[in-house]
Amino acid sequence: MARYKGRGMASINYPIGMNLGGDPSQALIHSNPDGKFTVALSAIDLGQGMKQVTRQVAAETLGVPIEDVYVDTADSDTGPHDMGSFASRGTHRMGNAVIAAAREARGVLLEAAAEELEVNAADLVTDGRGNIHVRGAPSRSITVRATAQAAQFKQGKTIAGRGIFLVPLSAVDAETGEMNPNTAFAHACLVADVEVDDETGEVTLLGITSAYELGRALNPKMVEQQLVGGAWMGQSHALYETPEPYYPNPDHGPRDFNEYLMPGPGDIAPYSVSVLERPAPDGPFGGKGPGEMCANPVLPAVANAVFNAVGVRVDELPITPEKVLRGIRAIGGANPQTRRGG
Amino acid sequence: MLDIRKDFFANERDDNLNVVGKGVQRQDMPGHVTGRSPFFDDHAFEGLLHLKVVRSPHHHARIRSIDVSAAERAPGVKRILRAADVPVNKNTLLSLINFGKDDEPSLAVDKVHYKGEPVVAIIADSEAAAMAARKLVRIDYETLPAVFDVEEALKPGAPVVNDTYPNNYFEYHDKFDHQKLRFGDTEKAFKSADIVLEERYQMSPIEHAPTETNGSIAAPEQDNRFVVHSCAQGLFFSLGTAAKIVGLESNRLHFIGGTVGGGFGGKVDSITEPLAILGAMMTGRPVRYVLDREEEMLYGSPRGAERIYVKDGVMRDGRIVARHVRSYFDAGAYTRLSSYAAVKCTAHIPGPYWIPNAASDIYVAYTNRCPSTAMRGFGITAVDFALEVQMDKLAHAVNMDPMDFRILNAYRDGDMKPHRRVAKNTALIECVQVAAEKARWPISDSAKRQSSLAGGGEGERGQIPATLIDQRGQIGRPETRNAPSTQTLPAGTTRIALTKQPELEGSRDSRAAAPNVPRYEPAQPAVQAPAPLAPATPASPPPQPYAAPPSPPAAAPTPGATPQHGAMRFSSVFGTRRR
Repeated sequence: MARYKGRGMASINYPIGMNLGGDPSQALIHSNPDGKFTVALSAIDLGQGMKQVTRQVAAETLGVPIEDVYVDTADSDTGPHDMGSFASRGTHRMGNAVIAAAREARGVLLEAAAEELEVNAADLVTDGRGNIHVRGAPSRSITVRATAQAAQFKQGKTIAGRGIFLVPLSAVDAETGEMNPNTAFAHACLVADVEVDDETGEVTLLGITSAYELGRALNPKMVEQQLVGGAWMGQSHALYETPEPYYPNPDHGPRDFNEYLMPGPGDIAPYSVSVLERPAPDGPFGGKGPGEMCANPVLPAVANAVFNAVGVRVDELPITPEKVLRGIRAIGGANPQTRRGG
Repeated sequence: MLDIRKDFFANERDDNLNVVGKGVQRQDMPGHVTGRSPFFDDHAFEGLLHLKVVRSPHHHARIRSIDVSAAERAPGVKRILRAADVPVNKNTLLSLINFGKDDEPSLAVDKVHYKGEPVVAIIADSEAAAMAARKLVRIDYETLPAVFDVEEALKPGAPVVNDTYPNNYFEYHDKFDHQKLRFGDTEKAFKSADIVLEERYQMSPIEHAPTETNGSIAAPEQDNRFVVHSCAQGLFFSLGTAAKIVGLESNRLHFIGGTVGGGFGGKVDSITEPLAILGAMMTGRPVRYVLDREEEMLYGSPRGAERIYVKDGVMRDGRIVARHVRSYFDAGAYTRLSSYAAVKCTAHIPGPYWIPNAASDIYVAYTNRCPSTAMRGFGITAVDFALEVQMDKLAHAVNMDPMDFRILNAYRDGDMKPHRRVAKNTALIECVQVAAEKARWPISDSAKRQSSLAGGGEGERGQIPATLIDQRGQIGRPETRNAPSTQTLPAGTTRIALTKQPELEGSRDSRAAAPNVPRYEPAQPAVQAPAPLAPATPASPPPQPYAAPPSPPAAAPTPGATPQHGAMRFSSVFGTRRR
């Protein structure tokens, strides 16, 4: 009886947004009289960071400090229509809508500043620290705060913007499947290292190494949060979870977290990831969306690693100790495959 | 442990940004880590009532009779809702975008189609009172045969699961029992391949297992509106669904969401909002409907299982020459969103590889289990498991390193994908190279030299091949499933117009990657007749004062009536007429 180490890999791509398009998102932005901005959305923050990513996108586009922007979301009376937080669409669709709204608001902001400075708005730039100045002449400047005050109380201008992003709906051909699906694709390759016990059939995930191409990591900390959390979910899909253990037999369904098996803190594997950035032509600052794809490559990489360790193919998820042991028995004992570096 | 490899694709990016790209702390983080972020269930209301549903104990049964008289007299019970109380008691989620037929009631009418299907709703002063009264509802069932296996469900003579789709499959284009993908001639290519490998894969169902279970609170306001605190993943999606079912105009509902305690796709279906609002309409009091953990586990819709058959033809040098995927989505008893995921899956075939001949048949099958729904990676996760295990087996079969094998077959910029659009902005090869380097997994020198930017679209890689098409799997005609191919479309044929590229706002770095002139314009475009205009959705009943009982379900749809929801859009995508 022994424990065998194995490595497996998988490479994937992932479509961003509702496959056929037709899924609009809208955004509204307005400024207080002192130049502090509110972004009003109806998008939902599931914990993935919807509020923060739109806050950064708005601040970047407006050209103001991030502290001067807050995002108010998920109220149908104040936030305009959005399809929802699913299909990896939040950052891509709503990010673009926020950019559109922020550009409109920025346009009014610069016009108001131009009127105060008596220059052409096209000659103005923002420094991202709360000032607007003439390009190449930082001394000819006005603060965003003073500009907003002038716009509100002197010029009678609304520093506000509206934005929408819509990938038009595509038809699908019945006979060939021809369609115009998603416009942006993210990519990944992932290596799983496992250890398989040929006495108990237990698979231990020792570590995960991956490379993800995500267009642009708009907030690298939140990307890390998504990728690590998603990998845990992938590990759980691969090795633990199912509400129907003998599918398609519907019996023996778990009723709570005591019966529904998921990895505990001690089962979580160390994870190391590199992010590549090839900007999506239609992404907000090139961003795609790591929200869903991050679980996907873990499932096959773990299954392939189990084969590499003991020579057993488990083609039905989850890869339970019972299936591994039956597989080892069927081939007359563990049959380790070629080592793949490490 | 995350690092960013700025050395890749550096000339396609403008990294001179102020705050985008920085790991700035989230505005909502202090609330999350101190446990003070408000969730939907953190709202207190005076006189709050609690709703619980009575669920079917059978997988499939006819309802002979329902007796609620004892439950109505139980302590604390304020009101009992039955099917006839629901103004529009038949809906399908994607009716908001006019895709598919209404097939699912909020409360079962004359049959139950899965174990756990809601039949009666009880509204009481407390959860305990509602649960106690549940036991007093007498429902007389006549059990019916049930089917649980997707392939068994598609056989002639299987028990009918979903009366709207009596053949147990979602109907595509009013024509076929599955969604097709056809590119080249897979059959011929299999004959020429050195090795053909056909394998079966089974993705298990998965529970979303959110920390916060599904739920909502609906309360009457003084201005004839209702405020709804919801954990929906799509606020307007849920608002639109609820407005249709309870028969109110959208502006009489004020949905407030916010931070959701875990979604993963399990909070798209709006399974609690319509009944909570209806309860508030009927009682004039705030009503809370929250699933308990057991309900969430057993009857909150899961990720559906998928059974996938992958057949590949590969040459000894490692080139894949043909791939056919046949997959069955287990929708459970009702459609929910599975129909859409199957199309997404079709667009995803054959994975991130260039394969000259590719085809797929994706079925959505109805079985007598809790309807499945969206979950993280919907339409993709399961098929990626199948394809990537298959890739490992193919690499083994041709005695190649799995990484080298991926890079050899990877798609690149300019390659034609089977849905007849050119691949752009690809980066699979670079991901494999970086992962190999990081994991110290040795790959060949040739693999190290490859690039997504070079070699794609050359010769046949950029062309639409002559393609065999067929009329297999016509609706209601299972004998056509094995019919021969009927026609060959000439090379270069396309039938679907390109959609307009979205208006880009501010993606300053996008300009470096301006879209190329599409090379897939047809030499002789085959003009497709425009799809017939779909008949309208049922007209909603007129708005009612909130305390008044709602009107009975709307009459049969009137052709030509104004649709209440969404645009008339997906009708033209699939030619599917909604009932």
